[in-house]
Amino acid sequence: MSDVAPISIAFAAMPITLTINGHERRLSVEPWVTLLDLLREREDLTGSKKGCDHGQCGACTVLVDGRRMNSCLKLAVSLDGASITTIEGLAEGDRLDPLQQAFMDHDAFQCGYCTPGQICSAKGLLNEGRARTRDEVREMMSGNLCRCGAYTNIVDAVMQVLESRGQIKEAAE
Amino acid sequence: MNVLQNVGIGSAINRVDGLQKVTGRARYAAEHPVPGLLHGVIVSGAIPKGRIVTLEDSEARAVPGVVEVLSHKNRPHVAWFDRSHKDMVAPPGSPFKALYDDKILFSGQPIALVIAESFEVARYAASLVRASYEVEPHNTDFHKAQAERFMPSKKRDTYHPPKNRGDADAAFAAAPVKVSAEYHLATEHHNPMEMHASTVVWEGDGSLTVFDKTQGPQNVRDYLAGVFGMSASTIRVMNPFVGGAFGSGLRPQYQVYLAVMAARMLQRSVRVVMTRQQMFTHGHRPEALQSVQLGAERDGTMTAIRNSATTSTSRYENNMEDVVIWGMMNYACENAAGEYAIAPVDTATSTDMRAPGAATGMTFFEMAVDELAYAAGIDPLEFRLKNYSETDQMNGTPFTSKALREAYAEGAEAFGWSRRSQAPRSMKEGRELVGWGVATGMWDAMFSKTSASARLSANGHLEVASAASDIGTGTYTVMTQAAADTLGLPVEQIAVRLGDSSLPKAPVEGGSWMAASVGAAVQLACRSVAEKLLSAAAKMQNSPLAGASMEAVRFSGGRIALRDDPARGVAITEVMRASGTDVIAVEETASAGISGMISQMRKSRNTHSAIFVEVRVDEELGVVRVTRVVNAVAAGRIINPKTARSQILGGVVMGISMALHEESMTDHRYGRFMNHNYAEYHVPVNADIHDIQVIFVDEPDPEVTPLGVKGLGEIGIVGTAAAVANAIFHATGKRVRALPITIDKLVDDTVAP
Amino acid sequence: MNRFSFTRANSVPEAVRAGGGADTRFLAGGTNLIDLMKENVERPSALVDINRVGLAGIEERPGGGLRLGALVSNADTAYDRRVAERYPLLACAILAGASPQLRNAATNGGNLNQRTRCYYFYDTATPCNKRNPGTGCGAIGGVNRIHAILGASPSCIATNPSDMCVALAALNATVRVTGPDGEREIAFADYHRLPGDAPQHDNTLRTGELVTAIDLPDEDFSAHHTYLKLRDRLSYAFALVSVAVALRMEGDRIAEARIALGGVAHKPWRVPAAEQALAGQPASAENFDRAAELLLRGAQGQGHNDFKIGLARRAIRRALRQAAAGTPQSQTDKRIA
Repeated sequence: MSDVAPISIAFAAMPITLTINGHERRLSVEPWVTLLDLLREREDLTGSKKGCDHGQCGACTVLVDGRRMNSCLKLAVSLDGASITTIEGLAEGDRLDPLQQAFMDHDAFQCGYCTPGQICSAKGLLNEGRARTRDEVREMMSGNLCRCGAYTNIVDAVMQVLESRGQIKEAAE
Repeated sequence: MNVLQNVGIGSAINRVDGLQKVTGRARYAAEHPVPGLLHGVIVSGAIPKGRIVTLEDSEARAVPGVVEVLSHKNRPHVAWFDRSHKDMVAPPGSPFKALYDDKILFSGQPIALVIAESFEVARYAASLVRASYEVEPHNTDFHKAQAERFMPSKKRDTYHPPKNRGDADAAFAAAPVKVSAEYHLATEHHNPMEMHASTVVWEGDGSLTVFDKTQGPQNVRDYLAGVFGMSASTIRVMNPFVGGAFGSGLRPQYQVYLAVMAARMLQRSVRVVMTRQQMFTHGHRPEALQSVQLGAERDGTMTAIRNSATTSTSRYENNMEDVVIWGMMNYACENAAGEYAIAPVDTATSTDMRAPGAATGMTFFEMAVDELAYAAGIDPLEFRLKNYSETDQMNGTPFTSKALREAYAEGAEAFGWSRRSQAPRSMKEGRELVGWGVATGMWDAMFSKTSASARLSANGHLEVASAASDIGTGTYTVMTQAAADTLGLPVEQIAVRLGDSSLPKAPVEGGSWMAASVGAAVQLACRSVAEKLLSAAAKMQNSPLAGASMEAVRFSGGRIALRDDPARGVAITEVMRASGTDVIAVEETASAGISGMISQMRKSRNTHSAIFVEVRVDEELGVVRVTRVVNAVAAGRIINPKTARSQILGGVVMGISMALHEESMTDHRYGRFMNHNYAEYHVPVNADIHDIQVIFVDEPDPEVTPLGVKGLGEIGIVGTAAAVANAIFHATGKRVRALPITIDKLVDDTVAP
Repeated sequence: MNRFSFTRANSVPEAVRAGGGADTRFLAGGTNLIDLMKENVERPSALVDINRVGLAGIEERPGGGLRLGALVSNADTAYDRRVAERYPLLACAILAGASPQLRNAATNGGNLNQRTRCYYFYDTATPCNKRNPGTGCGAIGGVNRIHAILGASPSCIATNPSDMCVALAALNATVRVTGPDGEREIAFADYHRLPGDAPQHDNTLRTGELVTAIDLPDEDFSAHHTYLKLRDRLSYAFALVSVAVALRMEGDRIAEARIALGGVAHKPWRVPAAEQALAGQPASAENFDRAAELLLRGAQGQGHNDFKIGLARRAIRRALRQAAAGTPQSQTDKRIA
């Protein structure tokens, strides 16, 4: 280390504040804890899934300040002050997010393990507002693997919500 | 919710466990909270064969928070005999026993388990365990292993040897039109989205509750009982949600063995989750070589089938598949000979992966049939119809049903096959060559003895239960609909329990038998409840149902009423109240029965499918896009068209994946799969998958299983890869006989584009 | 993942002060570093979180051109209106890479420093000179279909996996860095290096130096450009071969050409002679072939990747055609123009 005192140094747990699904959480976290492991192992928010732990499958996708990201590649300590939305935070009470309902109606999953990541990713896609055709949805949902092969139903579900929000450019192919 | 909505068998209701899945409330094996939980991280070995000389764990033990490092040096006792380590679906041989001794049998073998108070501590400490090895010669090259090809004297009990007919050699020699080709399938790993994981809850009295990623909780329970010498009654295995498996969860995987070993040793609850990299260190679809020789008359009548295959297994177990029988069963051809053997390599034992045997063998056979159709100058669909067989040609038995002809017709119609031009390279749009291919799929329609319980409460709430599994296949929904169908209750009043070894006996979820089997068991149990209800209803004062038989009444909308006069009836809750019944609880077992067993001997029972695929190939660059698929399936009665369609979609996607993407690449010097992650082992992403149409053709078959259901888990993948490969031939004129058909196999600089 | 100290820097000088150790790593988006730390490939003793040091904007440069802050995410860069309009090649290349989630997290500076996807580099049970100098190269004679055909050495045949960098190379970007010895600029062609006998070094950054920005020169190739990426599936996969082309056309003649290849070497591959050969020439198949020939001069396969030589030749041809015609490759419609 340099001889100038660093701003904050931690070799063990350090305090951070995260807003998780609207609740402010003051946490003490070791620097090597990822956001995904923090959510799953310490906050009992197991909706975010570990499918690879290396940013290669998208099952861990959550919204960080409204943007979709792979929570497995984020150290929790680097997110101090951020607002995190997980699958558990999408519904308002019993009122499902339209994406959740659309996924059910289109049977856009089988085993369900990739589903929270798919839905959070789709939520991020809606926030971004850049996908307006089936081709664009396909491409912009390609960061979420589904080994059960529900892709066409996933696109149907996302298109339906885009349509209901008046965000599509053309009718389904 | 509309109470009167038809939710019984045949209706396309939403998956009943959907709400839990879209809200993140469905808990999978690694997600059950347990106080005081320890975390185990597996250390994987680096060499394919030899022995561990030193295993240095002192650095790992020194990390604060580490509780124990388990290895062959200090592991607690496990059963001595191989037979105690065999699970229900184990192939013959000596099962792998993790940390048993210093022997290394395959690369990536678990050599230690680091157990710590947190996952992060265990992960860090695991990186500090050092091993040194004495290396022995190994072979992972399947082509070299052909020299050791053999047929084990003790066969896997699910294996069906090919039955030859006629004189295939002479017929092939004499055939005026013939093809002879060798095909190769790369090793594939199941790679379900959820990694194998176990949470073992130490209950304090020595008993265990094990949340495991498995396709068979009772299989895991019995396996653990055998390995650890425990009474099965002290182990409860739960798998209420399973994040896919595709066969990888048929056999207990080593993480459950390690987690239970640690929990018993430390008398603490333990969780062990494999890494994605470790998902490449156990079962996989065997690598395969298949040689198909087919002969025909000039008019396209098939005269000779010679079908030979080898699949890979390990050195310690003999895994076998039914690879060569499918084409021999399906086609009218007087002379057919099949031959199959296995060859050992120094990897973990291969294992069943979606449509084991058929996904490989029928794919290559259907690629060869396409080649023969072209050799005969006949449209490949017409060729298949010309050689269509109404009966099982290999076993000489009729089918309980075979609506493959209808599947060809409806699939071709939906696809627009009649607009196809026969010549390869004859269809083009823009820069892309367009290819249309067809293939046939075939799988077994099996039934397995299964029990289920039903419990009706006074408030009209019904719970049905069985130790079945739902790995995304829709078992929860199937059981709900079978119950709704029988007792006429709305979905909201039906609760399904499964994924629990303490429930009535069920087989592993595999082979496409679950819907037919557990559906029948639930129906039986509910019918038994219905009989009790009717008998109680008949005893009510002034009962409108007095003297009515089961056939004369209908259970619908929560009521029992006369079929002839639906106004005359009583509510189920009223019957319960009037008879003072709190609960009606029954358990029933569905088995094939005597008539079923006789039928099984006399008739073949199979699902069939016709797959039509359109590809677009940028020939200059070798880029293939699968733009359209029609899969027409003949699978008897469909319990839920919505979830059934999803199963076929999934099979098709995995078939496209098999054709174009999946390959576990081995460095034979190190005997190690090298692309062991999701970035370099490719499965399709959303952008790879376009339009897929699923058709279920009408195929009433009351004989095949009690519900007339044939099962759908496998049939979607079978033949799909062949249809893709055949379409690529049609587009480009190029036969690629080694799957997957990657860009390098299509770009050939010797041919100018 | 090993143990490390964690420091959060609030300014560039603070980051530079904290980041001087040889085993210290700057943490930005983390998409590659955290991945590698979980694989025990990277084992830093200290992480310096630079997410709060600023560098998060895209600005006009005084003399023209754009300055891309090192901490701007790849997504924000690709979708920035100025980037999309004036440097569409860069936007296309970024959008051809990774996934939306990763592009949201990954930063421009991080993208420059992402490490190879070589299987052996990632697998600590195998030898790798890049990961552990002196242990040998596992990929030579091993599984190497994704490996280099150009500029490789007997000690390393890894490739640079970035898409963004291929476009930056073609665009003659400049990398701005700050280190213990102050600020300096590195021409993009000099930023990444060939493996030689020191494959552990991917680039020419000195110990403790931090990428602060990427400068794009004031040059307009927006009318004639393309990023053509060929891979094993249609999205979310690393390039087997990719080609970035930027042309300035005068009538049907090429006034100036820039061509960079991805997926084929330890750095984005440019050959000035190939570009000069096109200058002043008509956009013809023969000229494209000649350019391809010059770009691939000396290309050598390792066995499994032999196909890349022919594939690259075809991809170069096609990309030049696309750029000359003003029909850049769409990153969503998978038909190749």
